[in-house]
Amino acid sequence: MKIIVCIKQVPERDAQVRIDSSGKWIEEADLQFAMNESDAYALEEALQLKEKHGGEVVVLSAGPERAGTTIREALAKGADRAIQVESDDLNQRDALGVAQLLAAAAKQESPDLVLTGLQSDDLGYGQTGVIMAELMGLPHASLILNVEKTDGGITVKRELEEGWFQNIELPLPAVLMIQSGGTKLRYATLMGIKKAKTKELRKINATELGAAAAPAAILEKITLPQKQRSTQMISGTAKEAAASLAEKLKFEVRVI
Amino acid sequence: MSGVYVILEDRGGRVSRISFEAIAAANILASQSGAKPTAIVVGSQTEALATQAAAKDVARVARIEHHLLSPYTADGYTIAIEQFIRVESPDYLVFPHSYQVRDYAPALAARLGCVLVGDVTAIGDGPIFTRQLMQGRLSGNYKPSGSGPCLISVQSGAFRAEAAESGAAEITTFTPNIEASRIRTKPGEPFRGSAQTVDLGSAQLIVAVGRGIREADNLSLVQDLASALGAEIAASRPICDNGWLPIERQVGSSGQTVAPKLYLAVGISGAIQHLVGMKGSQCIVAINKDAEAPIFEVADYGIVGDLFEVVPALTEAIKTAKA
Repeated sequence: MKIIVCIKQVPERDAQVRIDSSGKWIEEADLQFAMNESDAYALEEALQLKEKHGGEVVVLSAGPERAGTTIREALAKGADRAIQVESDDLNQRDALGVAQLLAAAAKQESPDLVLTGLQSDDLGYGQTGVIMAELMGLPHASLILNVEKTDGGITVKRELEEGWFQNIELPLPAVLMIQSGGTKLRYATLMGIKKAKTKELRKINATELGAAAAPAAILEKITLPQKQRSTQMISGTAKEAAASLAEKLKFEVRVI
Repeated sequence: MSGVYVILEDRGGRVSRISFEAIAAANILASQSGAKPTAIVVGSQTEALATQAAAKDVARVARIEHHLLSPYTADGYTIAIEQFIRVESPDYLVFPHSYQVRDYAPALAARLGCVLVGDVTAIGDGPIFTRQLMQGRLSGNYKPSGSGPCLISVQSGAFRAEAAESGAAEITTFTPNIEASRIRTKPGEPFRGSAQTVDLGSAQLIVAVGRGIREADNLSLVQDLASALGAEIAASRPICDNGWLPIERQVGSSGQTVAPKLYLAVGISGAIQHLVGMKGSQCIVAINKDAEAPIFEVADYGIVGDLFEVVPALTEAIKTAKA
């Protein structure tokens, strides 16, 4: 099976994000970046499918130069080769604009399966895989926790709301959006890290994949979120704060 | 025709709660143009849903009815709603931001040459749509700029569902043309992941734990706090994914929705997937080392500090207060 896994480099989970002077993006200068969490699960699912059924895992990522470190990490974990769609203006593209780039690059590879993470931890659109399927003319399923190969295609376990699940059968080729937590993530081995340096990383300039359509929704302004409740912040040492909170739980909230 | 349309979802034969919130959002948009919204129900037997929807604050209910629309498939819904949109040319199409909508609305938008502005939390004049960025640490304001219809989905709990029943709206039926061969996926019956033995929904006091606890061995700190308070223990998704607590204790969009008297969140940053499951709690207390964690935006009381110091101290303080 030839599997394409789409990964995105995003700010690290606990990074302190600041709005930049344009008010339309975040200050990137001092940020640490990492692989988007659900994309890491998509990669893991792809690697496990390859181990069971053979084939090839190709990593596909759209992003600026810095995304190369995250791509190398995926190669170190066991992906065979990588394609980077280079673009510095991804933030000006909407979900359709980015999916167009990825779908165009993926099509050139004629994959059996395309996996994406469910949602990015930065913009959080959660649409890339579904739009790619539409643009590639392939069936899709989202919120997938597990993939089993069958004679006619694949059976996937889809998460529904409130603790329910469902199995779905799909023919191949297909696109799946992978939910976090369906399996355990592996770490890159020293050998893997060493090998990754020699694996193929092909770069495609975004302009080679067709002109960007005008976005249908423009991110005009980034602001700090509005508080939904007024919060009494309790300060002091851990012991003082704990004592003060216990008082409030007893006399204000009345739950003690 | 044009105007504002709102898609409603079926939850066990009734219109789902978040669908009523979507009607409220559609009415905000409709008030900017002057006309009442049209509600849309989709399926193979939509009569009862349509009747329920017709009593709400809408001008009309459109049934998109076809035997291939049940059970739900992304292919079936995308084909059917696209055909309806081509006939009716709505300016705005409002969806509830449910798992099902997330599965097909982006494809529908792409087929129409536009995008879905997803998970909207507020609608301003213009209209401007607000949605969360960076896991709720920032907000983004989006302006639609395309020529086609504008598709948005609204976050659970972000808009207040109208309680008022306005009367009986007109009901129309649209029959899409769907060929069975165009539905490429075969969905199975929904099933529960595990036997549900804990009903967090009826718990009065909940102590919930998140990623900040770092290791399974540290959970006893939080369990001690819960037993001192007489509270049920709950968790955010990563804790259950790791198998540290059973999935039946998970709160959030993929777990249970709770609204206890007290929800004490320990080491939970407050990603939206968690917040939708607990923000209706009467009193929310957050203990987190990161002062900018989004959990503080919904908290009534907050302590910024190291949970490994604060939690044991709090357990002692509660025991003392109870003594």
